[in-house]
Amino acid sequence: MSVPFAVRAVELTRRFGDVVAVDHVTFEIPRGEVWGFLGPNGAGKSTTVRMLCGILDPTEGRAEVLGLDVRRDREAIKQRIGYMSQRFGLWPDLTVRENLEFYAGAYGLPAAEARRQVEAWLGRSGLAERAHERVAALPAGFRQWLALGCAVLHRPAVLFLDEPTAGVDPLSRRRFWELIHRLAEEGTTVLVTTHAMDEAAHCDRLAFLYGGRIIAQGGPEEIRRAGADHTVVEIQTDRPAETLRAVEGHPAVRDAGLHGAAVHLILHDPGAAESIVGFLRQQGIPVHGVAAVLPSLEDVFVHLVEALEEGA
Amino acid sequence: MTEQVAVRCSALVRRFGPRVALDHLDLEVASGEIFVVVGPDGAGKSTLLRVLCGLLEPTEGDAWVLGKSVRREPEAVRERVGYVPQQFGLYGDLTVWENLRLYADLYHVPRGAFEIRARSLLQEFRLLGVEGRMTAALSGGMKQKLALACALVHQPQVLLLDEPTTGVDPVSRRQFWRTLYDLHRQGITLVLTTPYLDEAERASRVAFLHRGRLVACDDPRGLRGSLPGRVVELVAEPRARAQSLLRARSDVRGVYVFGDRDRVWYTGSDVGGLRRFLEREGVRVEILRPVLPSLEDVFVARLSPEGA
Repeated sequence: MSVPFAVRAVELTRRFGDVVAVDHVTFEIPRGEVWGFLGPNGAGKSTTVRMLCGILDPTEGRAEVLGLDVRRDREAIKQRIGYMSQRFGLWPDLTVRENLEFYAGAYGLPAAEARRQVEAWLGRSGLAERAHERVAALPAGFRQWLALGCAVLHRPAVLFLDEPTAGVDPLSRRRFWELIHRLAEEGTTVLVTTHAMDEAAHCDRLAFLYGGRIIAQGGPEEIRRAGADHTVVEIQTDRPAETLRAVEGHPAVRDAGLHGAAVHLILHDPGAAESIVGFLRQQGIPVHGVAAVLPSLEDVFVHLVEALEEGA
Repeated sequence: MTEQVAVRCSALVRRFGPRVALDHLDLEVASGEIFVVVGPDGAGKSTLLRVLCGLLEPTEGDAWVLGKSVRREPEAVRERVGYVPQQFGLYGDLTVWENLRLYADLYHVPRGAFEIRARSLLQEFRLLGVEGRMTAALSGGMKQKLALACALVHQPQVLLLDEPTTGVDPVSRRQFWRTLYDLHRQGITLVLTTPYLDEAERASRVAFLHRGRLVACDDPRGLRGSLPGRVVELVAEPRARAQSLLRARSDVRGVYVFGDRDRVWYTGSDVGGLRRFLEREGVRVEILRPVLPSLEDVFVARLSPEGA
């Protein structure tokens, strides 16, 4: 039997007393996709993941992982998923190899299979040379590799990663993501939670979570394009702070934010760009360039959240 | 007279036992800069700020803030800098006003000057009206503003901020940067650390720190320009084959996966030729175009074993 979706949630809801941590979220993750759940602390990311892992019962709605119901089949689910977070429980006094062997045992892998998987991961991750080093002395980048290895030794079909590359140097991070995509090509479904926009860029598809709800979902480019229904203009200036101040309250400007060294203006009317540049120059602010751009993921996220808060 | 150099480090070394947290650092921050120190955990970012505010002594070398040596004149340094650590010490059971007064006393701000200074800070950070409230009852955003106000109560010319936006959501992060730009306009030199490379784009100059060493230091434009070759965005089918074909070329130094597209670090000059090469090999190329290198691209290039 083949289930088309690795993860499926329908109106999934979790309350803690009066607080609605997850509020009727619905999504479907096809097998082999890398999904990012993006949102600030308290948006409901971890609560959703904990329900999917069978750690926490939903208050309402339902969810399936690999066709298994998160309420009824939690033990079966636990055997088929892997979980890794920044605070993943590595044993600092054990060596790299010993940590892998420990987790292989914890998952109940038969001895021969455990040996095979441990060797395979040491080779694949480049940790082979460090197999005999104690984890406490390992640089952060290698620790992430090891934590990931411990989470995938039993070849889970679905992998949950909680802010997997926070604090890791960019080169290690790129290698890490390359491997994640390779696991996905081999059929592993990956769900990543993060609040960092630059981590989100690595995912196939994203869901923006805010206040327990999904406020946007789609591929990174798709989300940026959908956000382009309002016009974003990039202003090149060496006085970004003054530019932000100057356009505050300007009738043509819906929102403004810093973007790199430039300022992004979200306009009500695309035709207003020229008059704004004229206005800025009148205020004595030099404008070195103006261009219509696709909004960044951050632009879209900030805009959606601010629109929600205005409506609230 | 204003000092032109806000911060200077010369062959600065800080060890903790056998561990070298700062490894012969040389750098200079001019007055009026927004200087961002970026690097992964353990790069030495926090240690650098602690040395600069006079909390930690250098093991070797020296650092100067506005001309005062952290080694020989730590008191003078402390008068001139404000420091906001990751966990800022606000007293939850004191009111907003009492916290401000506490920091003013610690920095020997005269009582008469304090009143005026505190009022103007409260106004600037939109905290007027809550000065009588218990600090524990404030929202996260308000606490952060109060921490800034406390660090500024003695009117420092240089403000050091340690990872002020780590773990902060994008909306609050934008608001926080607006506040930083406001401080900058008042003439305060800002030195801040961050693990996020996209944040470094907002700096006047950026220092990449890695394992205690300065990997690069320049303005964002200069850093981008320093990348040998260019970055090409690629969407192609079959993707895995395109990646391995490119990796086999000597003028391709890296192929990195970003969601539905790859970023190719290409040191050749013929982007059109790269497309024809892939097509000749039977790869269908949907997108292949040079893009602006990000600071992450530059950092990755510097860290690559075969890198610049």
